[in-house]
Amino acid sequence: MKKLMIALAALCFTLPMFAFAAGGNVHLEKANYDLSDKASLQNGAKLFMNYCFACHSTGHQRYQRVATDLGIPDELMRENLIFTDSKIGDLMHNSMDKKESAKWFGAAPPDLTLEARLRGADWIYTYLHSFYVDESRPFGVNNTVFPDVGMPHVLEELQGISIPTYEIYTDADGIEHKKVVALTSDESGEMSSDEYDQAVLDLVNFLVYAGEPNKLERQSLGVWVLAFLFVLFIVSYLLKKEYWRDIH
Amino acid sequence: MLKKLVLDGIDWVDARIPMTETWNKHLAQYPTPVNFNFWYFFGSLAMLVLVNQILTGIWLTMHYNPSAEGAFASIEYIMRDVPYGWLLRYMHSTGASAFFVVIYLHMFRGLIYGSYQKPRELIWIFGMLIFLVLMAEAFMGYLLPWGQMSFWGAQVIISLFGAIPIIGDDLTLWIRGDYVISGATLNRFFALHVVALPLALVGLVFLHIIALHEVGSNNPDGVEIKQKKGTASEEAKGKFTFHKQYSGKKDIIDAVPFHPYFTVKDIMGVAGFLICFAAVIFFIPEGGGYFLEPPNFEAANGLKTPDHIAPVWYYTPYYAILRAIPDKLIGVVFFGGSIAILFLLPWLDRCKVKSIRYRSWKHKLNITQFIICFIVLGVLGALPATPLLTTIAQVASVGYFGFFIALWVYSKNEKTKPLPTRLTH
Repeated sequence: MKKLMIALAALCFTLPMFAFAAGGNVHLEKANYDLSDKASLQNGAKLFMNYCFACHSTGHQRYQRVATDLGIPDELMRENLIFTDSKIGDLMHNSMDKKESAKWFGAAPPDLTLEARLRGADWIYTYLHSFYVDESRPFGVNNTVFPDVGMPHVLEELQGISIPTYEIYTDADGIEHKKVVALTSDESGEMSSDEYDQAVLDLVNFLVYAGEPNKLERQSLGVWVLAFLFVLFIVSYLLKKEYWRDIH
Repeated sequence: MLKKLVLDGIDWVDARIPMTETWNKHLAQYPTPVNFNFWYFFGSLAMLVLVNQILTGIWLTMHYNPSAEGAFASIEYIMRDVPYGWLLRYMHSTGASAFFVVIYLHMFRGLIYGSYQKPRELIWIFGMLIFLVLMAEAFMGYLLPWGQMSFWGAQVIISLFGAIPIIGDDLTLWIRGDYVISGATLNRFFALHVVALPLALVGLVFLHIIALHEVGSNNPDGVEIKQKKGTASEEAKGKFTFHKQYSGKKDIIDAVPFHPYFTVKDIMGVAGFLICFAAVIFFIPEGGGYFLEPPNFEAANGLKTPDHIAPVWYYTPYYAILRAIPDKLIGVVFFGGSIAILFLLPWLDRCKVKSIRYRSWKHKLNITQFIICFIVLGVLGALPATPLLTTIAQVASVGYFGFFIALWVYSKNEKTKPLPTRLTH
């Protein structure tokens, strides 16, 4: 019993630590996206189609649905955001050949429809801020959130590129490693730091939307459902009380 | 005129099948102990969730594509293109977790009030079979979205059968229908998930309830409401008429007819449950990553093992027991044993007093430590194994199995409190 108590006490103190460790070691920036901000979603869609879509499909969603949900007229959608010969009702697949792209990048670029549900908005937001110069990599860049990722820094013309500051440390076996402790922008991009933050936030917003296009509808419907159920609960409680009055 | 027509209609049916008779026997004149408390909501709620799973399941099946090539995309098709498909899917996925929540609470009720004891052993056995089939049902259902966790979770669990000596490898091959988890596995799991196991579930639920109504419900006092004919006072028997099946041979005390008293009470329970259920469906359908795990938003890929494979929360206690034991075969034995031993509960408990209210401090302590160990194992089973956590899991496993051994030992000559002659309420 005593042993059990000690084990339980130990568990209570240590569990939160493990839960934290399981979340990954990289600190993620908070992405304060807003799904009701149509302008942000439209800008996110524009950025996505221009910078990401050539390699990454969002093959579970349809152009038409995006246009409707984001308040983009079909005509504008067709002219400005459909780059393949797809029809507006089609799923959003790009024209990249998976086998070929796997040869070019080491792995085929994944479909991003559900990326925000898979890794989280904060992860994408931080990832797109974390490219830095690393000449040892095929595209000359590396990423602190996703080390040795096979992707080039496609937003470099917007952000510029970051120069890493390394710290050398020695591990338990006496082997020296270097790790990135800080990133400093070379400020060669078209955007200021704040503008870039906003652009990435819009992009993240779009991907969160893509992950679950019904999220806002779900939540607003949920309010009505819960309101109805509370009324039902009160009525059923009163009904029960009425019936049971002659028992108690 | 209309009333006569309806009554004639009822007579017409009653002359052909025992409709009114069955209604009275199992609802309107079924004697139910008057002192049922909060814990008695979960039986009817389990039936509600079963109906929810069957109905949403039927509609999901209309749009789902059971093939390795199309399964993952068809789930997203349901989530996006099928009108209210997202609602059906979330009702089904949340329903799976809700099923286990209510079943665990239902089992806990049976545990603390001794509802498994004589003469209710068969009710418990049927209930355990329901639990077993439900675990298989949920396991096979979890493969169907064909996400990473679907694939690798199934991979881990099916490989456990490989630990069985001699037949292990052939058995895993037979279960998978292939050398790896593939479309063949998906298709057979689909068949079992939507046809075979639901049929078994419904059949077992029927038997569970027939067995219950044959001997009558236990209650929080664990005192029988059926007495020897002619021994109970008119006051104790009360004003209600019960079906002669029950009142013919025995005097029934402190009981009310199930309908309308417990139908109205259960409707209240249903409303309360639905508030929680809807709150999850509409506001946190992923259940914090426990009802829908994030890695499952990536399509299954047999070449890419996830960093951490965790079973869904309702399996984690048994999974923690499995991992706590270093030897794979012995681990599998205890993994199976942790479920199997529950079947023996009616015979391991040798005490004549049912309810925890009138049992010894040893029993109260034993149940408390059992529940703590169960929860600790549940938490550990979801976390990556480390040496410290494995040690804690081993201690908790000892507590889990120790519950049954201790129960068998002290229950023979347990010092119990005197039982009341009437139900307390």
